Amino acid sequence: MPPDRRPEAASSKCPASLVSTLSDIRDAIRSGERSAVDVCRESLDRIAAADGSLHAFNTVMTDEALARAAEIDRDRGRFRDAPLAGVPVALKDNICTKGVRTTASSKILEGFVPPYDATVVSRLTRAGAVIIGKTNCDEFAMGSSTENSAFGPTSNPWALERIPGGSSGGSAVAVAAGLTPLALGSDTGGSIRQPAAMCGVLGLKTTYGRVSRYGLLAFGSSLDQIGPLTRRARDAAIALETIAGLDAADSTTAAEPVADYQSALSGDVRGARIGVPWSLIEQGVDAEIVAAFRTALDTFTARGATLVDIEMPHAKYAIPVYYLVATAEASSNLARYDGVRYGLRDTQGELGAMYSRTREKGFGAEVKRRIMLGTYVLSAGYYDAYYVKAQQVRTLILRDYDRAFERTDVVAMPTSPTPPFKLGERTSDPLQMYLADVFTVSANLAGLPAVSIPCGFTTSPRLPIGFQLTGRRFDEATLLRMADAYERDTEWWMQAPPTASR
Amino acid sequence: MLAFAMPVLTRAQVEAVAALAHLELEPGEVEMFARQLGDILTYADELQHLDTTGVPPTAYGVASRGADRPDEVRPSLAADEVFGNAPERDRATGPAAGGGFFKVPRVIG
Repeated sequence: MPPDRRPEAASSKCPASLVSTLSDIRDAIRSGERSAVDVCRESLDRIAAADGSLHAFNTVMTDEALARAAEIDRDRGRFRDAPLAGVPVALKDNICTKGVRTTASSKILEGFVPPYDATVVSRLTRAGAVIIGKTNCDEFAMGSSTENSAFGPTSNPWALERIPGGSSGGSAVAVAAGLTPLALGSDTGGSIRQPAAMCGVLGLKTTYGRVSRYGLLAFGSSLDQIGPLTRRARDAAIALETIAGLDAADSTTAAEPVADYQSALSGDVRGARIGVPWSLIEQGVDAEIVAAFRTALDTFTARGATLVDIEMPHAKYAIPVYYLVATAEASSNLARYDGVRYGLRDTQGELGAMYSRTREKGFGAEVKRRIMLGTYVLSAGYYDAYYVKAQQVRTLILRDYDRAFERTDVVAMPTSPTPPFKLGERTSDPLQMYLADVFTVSANLAGLPAVSIPCGFTTSPRLPIGFQLTGRRFDEATLLRMADAYERDTEWWMQAPPTASR
Repeated sequence: MLAFAMPVLTRAQVEAVAALAHLELEPGEVEMFARQLGDILTYADELQHLDTTGVPPTAYGVASRGADRPDEVRPSLAADEVFGNAPERDRATGPAAGGGFFKVPRVIG
């Protein structure tokens, strides 16, 4: 049964029974109502209580987090205007943290402790954030279920026997279960948006170049982007203002000014044109997901937005294009894990054997599969037929979007074609697993920003559903404005799983 | 348009790719990857039906600004930080005998 639509309730603070938002927590610390240490302890206590069954975290930084929170309380003057002062943040475990192990959920990085912080980490820290821990993910972000982790899978807080989505599953679960109000993930083909949809939180993949990738363990360098997972759009806006922008350490970051995303949250979507590629959605999508998607579109039209039928004739090729391009880039990026400079080493044999044994021992099956596929499509004789061909079709997918944006401001689709499936259900069939990414990969191929927003639940069992808005390059402001407007009319963003209230 | 007949991957092809990728596979993995990679490549074959004559390839969805910067000396990580994660390092030589090299197995007899 859908909840009542009460706009006035949605714009007020979260009821006490539900988990707090980033803005609630920040305001409570700023006003002196709560200390940063108190908030930090609550986050750590929730993790201690819930993470045995969820396994959202690979590493919990108890001592570092408490020390940092105490520093913020001690030096209140210095952090008075810091946008994230005292806010607990979880980081996907493929984002480097100086002095704290960073595993990418892989055995091959055993013992690796980064000597530097990723740019997003230094920016969060400068903004007063308290880093709470590192979240579980598919190994090197390769997967759609968080089952490809050397440390075991993460559970969906809405149904523990089901996947949380992936690859940023731990980050989505941390926010959904109220362990932290903000988590960062990385998105190469949907790895922020798909777990956000499956766990009932908001996930934003930014425009390629909007957020620095310095210190992100590389998977597909032309596709990877870091972005926030939060309960609501306002929190994502605050986080994005902190982490976005030009970085001298990443030459692919863009010089475009970072917008005042919070000011964009006007609630006004009158005249906004939402393009819907119905021909893509009509087949192979769970009926309850399509129904929730239609209802979400109605919410926008009731606020004065208009719907435009669009065609994306090449979108059906996005999955094969993505899996050829991403694996080609991965095979090259992961060549660095050879047992020489960091991580695992198999000490037997001469140099060549050391490389290949180390990689055999250190990489899991999915990572090996993708390295193999990428090596194959880049190899002599196949390069033109696969890699170049995929890059040409990538151009056609980009042109589909360019044409769509001549007539629309955003493109709307479901985020995932299915609700979260059961752990183990698809692990033996990689191709079936890849199809979970059908609606998400094209935004990465085109470098566009896209947000997944909670929009309902399946009936039995009760599992979260999300929909996705894709925008023009560097127009995160429109995506966040529309997400915020939608939250004013609905209460899906307030829903918390049973595990969160424990 | 390319008329490309899709080969199902043979054991020998899988082993050749594994060698290129510096991956030592176990016997069971060779069979498994031959089947799974064959499935994925067959699926990817639908791209071959699309006419892409004259379509330029895209490497990045957002054009890079191609940033240049002055070639100036800037601070970098200290040697101990660089070598701190090495499975094996040479402590006998190198900067102030703190170890200036990553150690690897003998390459030349």
